[in-house]
Amino acid sequence: MTDVTSNSAAAASLSAERRARRRKRAFRKALMPWLFISPYLVLFLVFTAFPLLFSVYLSFQEWNPVTGLSGMSFVGLANYAQAITDPWLWKSLYNTVWLAIATGIPQHVIAIPIAYLLVTAFRGSFRHLYTATMFIPFITSTVAISLIFYTIYSSNNGILNQWLLGLSSVPVIGALFAWVPDAMPIRWLGSSDLLKPAIAMVVIWKYTGFNIVIYSAGFLTVSKDLYDAAKVDGCNAWQQFWHVALPMIRPFIFFALTLTIIGNLQLFEEPFILTAGDSGGVSQAGLTASYYLYLVGWEWLEMGSAAAISWILFAFIALATSVHFYFNAREGLEGHN
Amino acid sequence: MPALTRSLPAVSKHAVMIVGVLVTIFPFVWVAMMGTHTRSEIYSSPPPFYFGDNLISNYERLLEIMPFWLVLWNSLYVSVLGTIGAVFFCSMCAYGFFAYQFRGKNVIFGIMIASMMVPPVLTLIPFFLTVRFLGILDTHFALWFPGVANAFGIFLIRQYMTTSITRDLLDAAKVDGASDFRIYWSVVLPLIKPALATLAIVMFIGLWNNFLTPLIVLSTPEKYVLTLALRSVQSLANSPWGAIMLGTFLSMVPLLVAFLFFSKQMMAGLTAGAVKG
Repeated sequence: MTDVTSNSAAAASLSAERRARRRKRAFRKALMPWLFISPYLVLFLVFTAFPLLFSVYLSFQEWNPVTGLSGMSFVGLANYAQAITDPWLWKSLYNTVWLAIATGIPQHVIAIPIAYLLVTAFRGSFRHLYTATMFIPFITSTVAISLIFYTIYSSNNGILNQWLLGLSSVPVIGALFAWVPDAMPIRWLGSSDLLKPAIAMVVIWKYTGFNIVIYSAGFLTVSKDLYDAAKVDGCNAWQQFWHVALPMIRPFIFFALTLTIIGNLQLFEEPFILTAGDSGGVSQAGLTASYYLYLVGWEWLEMGSAAAISWILFAFIALATSVHFYFNAREGLEGHN
Repeated sequence: MPALTRSLPAVSKHAVMIVGVLVTIFPFVWVAMMGTHTRSEIYSSPPPFYFGDNLISNYERLLEIMPFWLVLWNSLYVSVLGTIGAVFFCSMCAYGFFAYQFRGKNVIFGIMIASMMVPPVLTLIPFFLTVRFLGILDTHFALWFPGVANAFGIFLIRQYMTTSITRDLLDAAKVDGASDFRIYWSVVLPLIKPALATLAIVMFIGLWNNFLTPLIVLSTPEKYVLTLALRSVQSLANSPWGAIMLGTFLSMVPLLVAFLFFSKQMMAGLTAGAVKG
């Protein structure tokens, strides 16, 4: 009898031990995925999630970071009120939209035909050589590029002005540039009318090649059979491009446009360098929203206002992106893929 | 070949491309030339469209206005550490999302995807404040470390894993008694090398060209990275443009040389989201 009880007790303790071990193993097994994703969780919480929440809080405070945390005082909606009554904010939003449109549209209008030509008329090394060369600006630092254009645009004897002047004295086409000598020196970066177009040219120059690569990948997905079928149906050359190729790359257009919109609304480096970091250039013609945010936060040291502005800017980007999604997403996703 | 492009003579097709190529490379040729001229030569009329003979004096002047090689080293240091860190941590997190089922996984993954849509501008101020609280303001650590486990990289690698690694392989490795970390390290990592290379390219280029983060984080000139150092000499009185252009040109050389050899990989990497998405 005793033998039996001790036996079953031993069995019970054994199974308890086994259960404990199994539980431990199960715990370790459950922990494993969290261990693997912990780097993301930690960095996300520390550098994104917490800061975002804090910036909501901060946007209701007045705070110069130099004074330390104790220098913070609650001001309610004053930062937002101040921001939306600041003419510079509206000017910067206007400039941002202006630049987003003036740089966004040409990028795609240039890139799509070039990509089509690259894919349909070239093959092998020629295609790669042309595509790769036009992609180079995208891998180059915006600061370096903007500094180069800063000298190209120089009003006193910058090479752009010199070339325009040279063109005006060439026979025949000179007539087109007859206005140039009178306009000299053209102050590309020093006049409020020309600053934005000057910035826009740099942005277009930098990102068109990137879009060419995306659209090339898009046109490569269009099979030759489709063109042949269209031809049999009596489509002419233009119709093949417009009705066959273009609809097929809709998802690519949608994606490229999304990137352009989000990127262009945050334009900072090009205007910052081209205006030499000087308050958005002459009469703030080059002041973009990000640039304004930088001035408020780091030049004027008003972190609370800057936080409020960044939320206004966020709302603005979200709105623009959702308008784009609303009108284009269905079309974009309806294409193949 | 579709008819629209066949109807054009070959010469005109090449002409279109050559115009595009010339417009693209002109600023690069220009900056290389300017690096060999003095300031007064650059702004003389007509501008000198040829290589000058002031390379050495520009180089000496460049070293006077900024510790160029130190700054270049800083850029390299930040970019290399950030790249290695990202390849390691992103693949590790991606493996966590790929290989396991666990409660909350979809929620976290969803938040991660959503966080990619948050414009960096919004996080700029809070990021700066966090860096300040942590006492890592004005350090290189703050430039490369916060981005080592980024959503883009994790997403990119996880996508690659789903197409290149089968469940069976993981199960087989487990049956053989390999530990979780060992499966990740010795079985999975070798199979996702192309994705790791893509991520490394994207990270390195991004870190090398980054300007905004150094601008708000760094304040000691000796810690400056290339982009920040070049910007800081732009507004000098009587800017020695020959020297600045030489520095600008040299700062672009590493990526341009890399592009010469790896253009296919770099183009594929930087457009990865678009083409595969």
